[in-house]
Amino acid sequence: MTPESRPRLAPKVRLRLDQKTHHFLLLFPERGVLLNPTAGEIIKRCNGRNTVTTIIDHLMQTYEGQPRQVIETETLNLLQQFHARGLIRVET
Amino acid sequence: MNKQYRPYTLIAELTHRCPLHCAYCSNPIDLLKYRDEIDTNTWLRVFREAEALGVVQLNLTGGEPLLRNDLESLIEEAGKLGFYINLITSGVPLTRQRLVHLRDAGLNSVQVSFQSVDEAAAERMCGQPALHQKLTVAEWVKALDLPLTINTVLHRENLHEVAEIIMMAERLGADRLELANVQYLGWALRNRQALLPTREQLRGARLVAREAKERLAGMMEVLFVMPDYYAEFPKTCMGGWGQRFLLVAPNGLVLPCHLAHTISGMQFDSVEHHSLEEIWFESPGFNQFRGETWMADPCRTCERRHIDFGGCRCQAFHLTGQADTTDPACSLSPDHHLIETARRQVQDAIGSLIPLEYRRAKVLD
Repeated sequence: MTPESRPRLAPKVRLRLDQKTHHFLLLFPERGVLLNPTAGEIIKRCNGRNTVTTIIDHLMQTYEGQPRQVIETETLNLLQQFHARGLIRVET
Repeated sequence: MNKQYRPYTLIAELTHRCPLHCAYCSNPIDLLKYRDEIDTNTWLRVFREAEALGVVQLNLTGGEPLLRNDLESLIEEAGKLGFYINLITSGVPLTRQRLVHLRDAGLNSVQVSFQSVDEAAAERMCGQPALHQKLTVAEWVKALDLPLTINTVLHRENLHEVAEIIMMAERLGADRLELANVQYLGWALRNRQALLPTREQLRGARLVAREAKERLAGMMEVLFVMPDYYAEFPKTCMGGWGQRFLLVAPNGLVLPCHLAHTISGMQFDSVEHHSLEEIWFESPGFNQFRGETWMADPCRTCERRHIDFGGCRCQAFHLTGQADTTDPACSLSPDHHLIETARRQVQDAIGSLIPLEYRRAKVLD
């Protein structure tokens, strides 16, 4: 995962809004993850077109006042973690 | 009324009918008949009520769910409710054309069970020659762009195959491989003497699975589930009684797990008489083992009580006769000697092929 990577959801994964919590929900075979608001902001932009840098730029606007370094670290951590679980793929 | 609990997964046991006769089947000993099964409209109401309760995952299982000829309409309606729909199947009564229909109706993923990589060994466990058909079905699943889960139940007679099972799953392009050791309840408890492995077998298989898990990370998820007979602490059964899972049996009985109704004295309700919401929140059966007030020593004061909730209630009942006692699989349980004795008996049975009692419906009277 680099700033130029273009992450997208793996084909088995569906992203939807959870009616009970109004958070985003990732669903995949027999499992699911309820995303916290920050994770939701990141994952909903993983469409295979946005680069990691673009996603971070968006988050900078959403979370105004946060240092870029912090947002960058958190975003990369989350994406790497989901990538290792096979939930997102990376276009290079 | 306690509204803190939310079911995320509905396990819809559509039927107990099945072409296979696996000696470790998780269905109850008293299998339900076709005439006991609830109809299409009742299932559709169950789906709607489950969605309203917060369910997001739907597991269509059985028995063999493909034996329901309304499966297409059930999937179509379930898809409209936003569920992620998983078909859990033996693959036996399936054609490519029907799989296309199921996919087009909105099916999201398919889990195919494999008893063994060897036809004779597989047939010994399930009573039918089915391996070739299963391989074909797995190929269709991938060819139709559906996510594929391979599930193999592990026991003494196939634990040495784990490396080959992993190779098979890789060759098939599986997205997920479940290597789940038998849990010794129901049919499997009857066949425990034939199925329970040795500690050495498990150690070897677990190492192979761990290596594959690391090597395949991000491509194929490899899951290895230990049998609780060899664990120090019991499993967190169903994520806790009545906490995350709802199971509806073929006759409409609503349960926290596959076998909860086999505990004597427990009362469970049917969707034919109550709404899912009433049953989930208010029924005595679901509330019986929620929280901690029911716990006795050593669970009552144990620091692990929030982790494993005292283990499996069905196992506690079927091994000790009491459902509200610590799961004997726990090394802290006063009944743990029952597990130790079973493990010792395995050592005497090594090398011998013990006759199996196959899953079959009782003959009608």
